[in-house]
Amino acid sequence: MPGTVPTFTTMATATRTPTPAPPDAGPRPRRGPLRTLWGSTIGKKAVMAVSGLIMLAYLLVHMFANLKVFFGPEEMNGYAHWLRTLGEPLLRHEWFLWIARFVLLAAVVLHGVSAYQLSRRDIAARPVGYRHRRRGGSYATRTMRWGGVIIALFVVWHVLDLTTGTVNPRGQAGHPYENIVAGFRTWYANVIYIVAMLAVGLHIRHGFWSAAQTLGVTRPGAVRLLRGGATALALVITAGFLSVPLGVMTGVVD
Amino acid sequence: MNLTLRIWRQADASADGEMRTYQVSGISPDMSFLEMLDTLNETLTERGEEPVAFDHDCREGICGACGMVINGRAHGPERTTTCQLHMRHFSDGDTIDVEPWRAAAFPVVRDLVVDRGAFDRVIGAGGYITAPTGSAPEAHATAVPKPAADTAFSHAECIGCGACVAACPNGSAMLFTSAKVNHLNVLPQGAPERESRVLGMVEQMDAESFGGCTLTGECATACPKGIPLSSIAAMNREYLRAATRKRGA
Ligand code: HEM
Ligand code: SF4
Ligand code: FES
Repeated sequence: MPGTVPTFTTMATATRTPTPAPPDAGPRPRRGPLRTLWGSTIGKKAVMAVSGLIMLAYLLVHMFANLKVFFGPEEMNGYAHWLRTLGEPLLRHEWFLWIARFVLLAAVVLHGVSAYQLSRRDIAARPVGYRHRRRGGSYATRTMRWGGVIIALFVVWHVLDLTTGTVNPRGQAGHPYENIVAGFRTWYANVIYIVAMLAVGLHIRHGFWSAAQTLGVTRPGAVRLLRGGATALALVITAGFLSVPLGVMTGVVD
Repeated sequence: MNLTLRIWRQADASADGEMRTYQVSGISPDMSFLEMLDTLNETLTERGEEPVAFDHDCREGICGACGMVINGRAHGPERTTTCQLHMRHFSDGDTIDVEPWRAAAFPVVRDLVVDRGAFDRVIGAGGYITAPTGSAPEAHATAVPKPAADTAFSHAECIGCGACVAACPNGSAMLFTSAKVNHLNVLPQGAPERESRVLGMVEQMDAESFGGCTLTGECATACPKGIPLSSIAAMNREYLRAATRKRGA
């Protein structure tokens, strides 16, 4: 910066008296960027934002892929088979799938651990509430924590249902179409799925815009666009995912 | 006007407090909220009771001392400081709840008075520029672009009242800290310490048991000086930039 801090030679004599540095001034102990970030509320929130956006990108692809169920068993099962051969011959059979699973697992763990640690801190920072209570924030904002827990539980159930087939009434490997239809013929699968997808929609509505703020988007135009984008994204993803159980319930998918 | 007040009374930092009910009469709509409390305190003193302790200094909306939560809102129903809040915003016969700022980082000292010393320590960790004082520098020595001057000025309006912390469900000081960081970080005078300032102030903020930001927007709604929520995003950017930059220069 040109000419910001005058040098000592230009200083008035009266101010040249050396003053001891206050105890908290001076260079702080240096830590690597990753430790600095993980150790601060802003950095941990950035971890949440990035891991959340990775999961969001995955959800978008996942939702569009699910729509293949409307084009019949060959299309759906063929796609599932193709996923396992993706990247060959560079990658070996199913390697792409395992890489994606590893990245998603890392994102879920980082996101959940950050959410837990930050939430503990936030709750401790307001130990006494106001007697005169007033509701603040939007519904989506207020339900981030419980919504997140619902989504986490859903993910466990979902893997047991359609990945391992453990809780699926049919659970036949290599036949996702038939498993999906069999699953959504039970009332409880529909209830679990619908509740979870509504939670996902709310979570994205606050989370997407929130992630942009966390990562430092400040231009008013961009912020407005992202706010609208968050609502659109939430609606598209929720509606897309919900179309599958609705399709089975109404007999469109059979 | 005649009013019923329910006020948080707490003898000292370690005592248990409670909401206590008082009646005040003869309140003029032109009185400020603090003058209304003065009126109550006069009657309490006459009755030989302990007056309600509250913080105040300038009574013109610039010192930030007069924080209290009125009917669940920091500084009451209007977007201003308590000293600038007039009784005409209330109606005869109203019941008004008055509580201190609630946050782990702002312990109650007595009644409505809290210790906002945590803010001072955040400022001490970087909310200044290191420049020799003495005679005023030549005004044109450092050119400041007009947009930067405007941004700096609007952030410099923060009076450190703590309404943002009081309003935040997480007791977070992000709005205050962002106002102070952005004020200096956009100016050429603040540039030499741009990284150490934001790293130091955020580190101190985290050390003071403030919560984190979940972007509820309650802070910016409560701020009497109109510091916008986007200030937090701007500080996030400064912080992420500073934390990931190669230091050593
Ligand atoms: C489908 C999976 C998920 C996606 C796509 C997702 C996405 C996001 C995004 C983008 C954010 C914003 C980060 C920021 O504010 O900067 C966020 C915040 C958050 N997420 Fe998730 N998340 C998912 C799952 C979860 C789970 C399983 C939990 C529970 C442990 C959770 C809890 C939270 C919490 C508490 C926040 C902070 C909310 C706030 O700002 O108030 N999320 N999520
Ligand atoms: S940001 Fe606003 S509410 Fe917070 S301390 Fe400054 S003036 Fe008060
Ligand atoms: S007494 Fe100074 S701002 Fe209210």
